Amino acid sequence: MPDLGPYATAVLGAYGVTIAAIAGLVAWLVLRARRVRRELAGLERGRRRSDG
Amino acid sequence: MSLWEFANPARFMRISGAALPWVAGLAAVILPAGLAWGFFLTPDDYRQGSTVKIIFVHVPAAMMAINIYGMIVVASLIWLIRRHHVSALAARAAAPIGATMTVIALLTGALWGQPMWGTAWAWDPRLTSFFILFLFYVGYIALWAAIEDPDKAADLTSVLAMVGSVFAVLSRYAVNFWSQGLHQGATLSIDRDQNIDPVFWLPLLACIAGFFLLFLALLLVGTRTEIRARRARALQLAMAG
Repeated sequence: MPDLGPYATAVLGAYGVTIAAIAGLVAWLVLRARRVRRELAGLERGRRRSDG
Repeated sequence: MSLWEFANPARFMRISGAALPWVAGLAAVILPAGLAWGFFLTPDDYRQGSTVKIIFVHVPAAMMAINIYGMIVVASLIWLIRRHHVSALAARAAAPIGATMTVIALLTGALWGQPMWGTAWAWDPRLTSFFILFLFYVGYIALWAAIEDPDKAADLTSVLAMVGSVFAVLSRYAVNFWSQGLHQGATLSIDRDQNIDPVFWLPLLACIAGFFLLFLALLLVGTRTEIRARRARALQLAMAG
């Protein structure tokens, strides 16, 4: 761990904010992608059943 | 291969599905490596002390915030002129990523500004235009969510994106237009003989590459999701009718 001196709070805060924001964005996008894919798969199954 | 081949949603899904693991894998390697390089292996600046390490998150995030908005404007123009659905959906998918980058740039800028300028915020031309850019991102996302008909939503959000482009340009060049305010000029420039010292410049380039790859990976995930959501909506309407 580098010695950040009197600015440790600012530097660690900046990296913390960045990592938290990116992690949140990735999690939201991946969860939404899974939900939409599941929803679409269900709808396509339903359509095949009604067609066949 | 022509760029317009991506306008076909089925072809876009096939090509993006093959590219996504590579882009995401590269982002997962280069971004953490760049950040670790900048955080652990760079010296303190003689004047700014250890706060110089904030450059490795602040500058790439700010660059992405502005350039993602530019990408939204270009994709919106393609939608308005050629009516390619993938371009409108890519613009929609890019907006939350751009908004997140804007928030990162604003917050890390405030954390950097407090010890260096003595204030976390000032109504400086660059900071103010950047904040307005964030509001445009929020408005753009809200407008997409508020309109049920996707084509109408794409039309109106495209117009909003054009209006907001003024602030994307201002947030990049405000320091050149008005020689006042706290924010310095561009840190990196391709038309300048000397940029910052290579000890900072090289890890900064790695971080910029990492942020760009992250954006590309998330854009592919987001656009693929929007295409699936559009198809799901069409199926729901067809089944209801």
